[in-house]
Amino acid sequence: MTDGSALAGATVRRRLLVWVPIFGAVAFLAVIGAPLIGTTPIRLARVFDRSLPFADNVDAQIFFIARLPRALAGALVGATLAAAGVVFQALLRNPLATPFTLGVSAGSALGAMLAITFRLHLSFWGVSAVTAASFIGSIGAVAIVYALARARHRGFSTNVLLLAGVTLNSFFSALILFVQYLADSSEAMRTMRWLMGDLDVAGFGPIVASLPLCAVAFVAFAWLPRALNLLSLDADAAASRGVNVLRVQRVAFFSASMATGAAVSLGGPIGFIGIIVPHLVRLIVGADHRVVLPAAALFGAAFLVACDVIARTAMAPVEVPVGIITALIGGPFFLWLLVRQR
Amino acid sequence: MTRADRGSGFGVLGSGSGTRRASIRDRRGSRLPCPEPRRRGPAPAVAIAVCLVICALATLSGAQTAPPLPRRIVSLVPSVTETLFAMGAGSRVTAVSSYDNFPPDVAALPRVGALFDPDVERILSLRPDLVIVYGSQTDLMARLGRASIPLYVYRHGSLADVAIGIRDLGARIGMADAGRTLAATIETAFADIRARLKGASRPRTMLVIGREPGSLRAINVSGGFGFLHDLVELAGGANVFGDVKRESMLVSTETVLARKPDVIIELHYSEPPLPDALTRDRATWQQLPGVPAVKAGRVYLLYGGELVVPGPRVVLTAQTFARALHPDLMPWGK
Repeated sequence: MTDGSALAGATVRRRLLVWVPIFGAVAFLAVIGAPLIGTTPIRLARVFDRSLPFADNVDAQIFFIARLPRALAGALVGATLAAAGVVFQALLRNPLATPFTLGVSAGSALGAMLAITFRLHLSFWGVSAVTAASFIGSIGAVAIVYALARARHRGFSTNVLLLAGVTLNSFFSALILFVQYLADSSEAMRTMRWLMGDLDVAGFGPIVASLPLCAVAFVAFAWLPRALNLLSLDADAAASRGVNVLRVQRVAFFSASMATGAAVSLGGPIGFIGIIVPHLVRLIVGADHRVVLPAAALFGAAFLVACDVIARTAMAPVEVPVGIITALIGGPFFLWLLVRQR
Repeated sequence: MTRADRGSGFGVLGSGSGTRRASIRDRRGSRLPCPEPRRRGPAPAVAIAVCLVICALATLSGAQTAPPLPRRIVSLVPSVTETLFAMGAGSRVTAVSSYDNFPPDVAALPRVGALFDPDVERILSLRPDLVIVYGSQTDLMARLGRASIPLYVYRHGSLADVAIGIRDLGARIGMADAGRTLAATIETAFADIRARLKGASRPRTMLVIGREPGSLRAINVSGGFGFLHDLVELAGGANVFGDVKRESMLVSTETVLARKPDVIIELHYSEPPLPDALTRDRATWQQLPGVPAVKAGRVYLLYGGELVVPGPRVVLTAQTFARALHPDLMPWGK
């Protein structure tokens, strides 16, 4: 971290005005540009040609059914995971925290595994049972971790939260392995595939379903930055400055967890976004959460959309799981940045 | 049964017919030349000694490579289990893998794990005289090898390999005739399908071997390699992913739209669901209305455990595919 938590208002405003539009433009270009890139050549004039019936217009179908939902899903998942990463790192006062640290993704994965293994065939407007079950799993994990964090303290112990989350993560991972072990080989393959992340949502239904939760979470994120600045230094100091620490912690925990649950149920547990993007953005814009949070969300969106373009074109017609791309690009890039910084 | 005609003749020394010259039969039963005793030269004692050595070696090698016929077979490969039963060797199968469910007789047999979790202790306790393992089970092979248990190593291959494998297995368990008959039945059935579909158009076919139920996510299809691809081609289809030399691959909805399959065949390895659930799952494809198969209502959801087992029932799968692809030439009633 390059500077303290609370920068002077003018500096923050200047950084906000410079960086947020830049990252916003990058994200916008990614979302607009990604649907234009692909292995199948499509003509834009034909895509928007209203005279052709949609059922006969393959270019429009490729654009509106295959590519645009993917780009939007990538932007939503990327923004959510990156912002949740920032919030968790501040809440737990741990730079290694990720949206998956507290077991949300493991709970989500367990739900998805159960739905796949027990072949739940229900679906509601494009949202499959696997997506629904993974979201229910994430809520279960959040509830357990929260109950544990509250059980031994009247307040809200972030240490207990961290320990409970890490333990729950391992426990759920063991359950996931057990469920996978019981599944037959074709289902085991599908569960493995789910764990690698997939943004080919084939329509807007799943995005619309996860949007309200993400929107609520982002409203909470908009309220949090100033308090997170104080909280990320010291809870007592924050309390002495008039921050209602318990309330901030609760809002941060629930909003980031819910957003993570929604993102994971939409795109699977796509790794690295929640840790790389926040750190990368901090290296560029400083540590003030008022700038970091929106910048990370925008850059996370752009980064995941770009990774997904690579995922669907690199080995076409074979699809590479996007989680592999984020890890392959993100890991070495982040290490290079760390080394370069010194 | 003489030693020479005992099935495949694993390096058994046979007597030269009408001559005194020795010959060794190889695995396929054809003769290989053997050193001829010298007619002239040193003392007859040497010639006698050489003959004795050859006889002793032959006896030893015979004892090593031609074990008694297996009577307690453990099969860890469902397709081989099916083949054993179809050849009439079912009574010799002592245990099967946890994935085996056909023929119904296997329900009563002990289970000894499967591809990733073979139960070595249980296999050993059954005192098998032949264990059928999959080619990738190298650890299991090493452990059973240490216990000197004979192995038959199997690997899935192309569709043509099904009949070849059946002949080989028949020879290995001393039922070469049964193996040949079963293989010939399969090849005749394939030839019959080919003959019926001769000259017919080849609809562009996408063979889906998995996807997320209720949505078009994680679509896993057959590439241009392996027995499922061969089945599509045999059944008179042209695999739209035939150019990708992989057994299976994940494809995006964009790729499905771009490749424009005329027919989609989707395999489910379970029992068919209730009719309304089936209709709902089939309707999932309506999300891609531009795909010719969807437009023409040619999306076939096939259910059954046999669909992915490259055993004798592969004939049924081939016929089912052919009926889906060419309903006019292969009526469902036949």
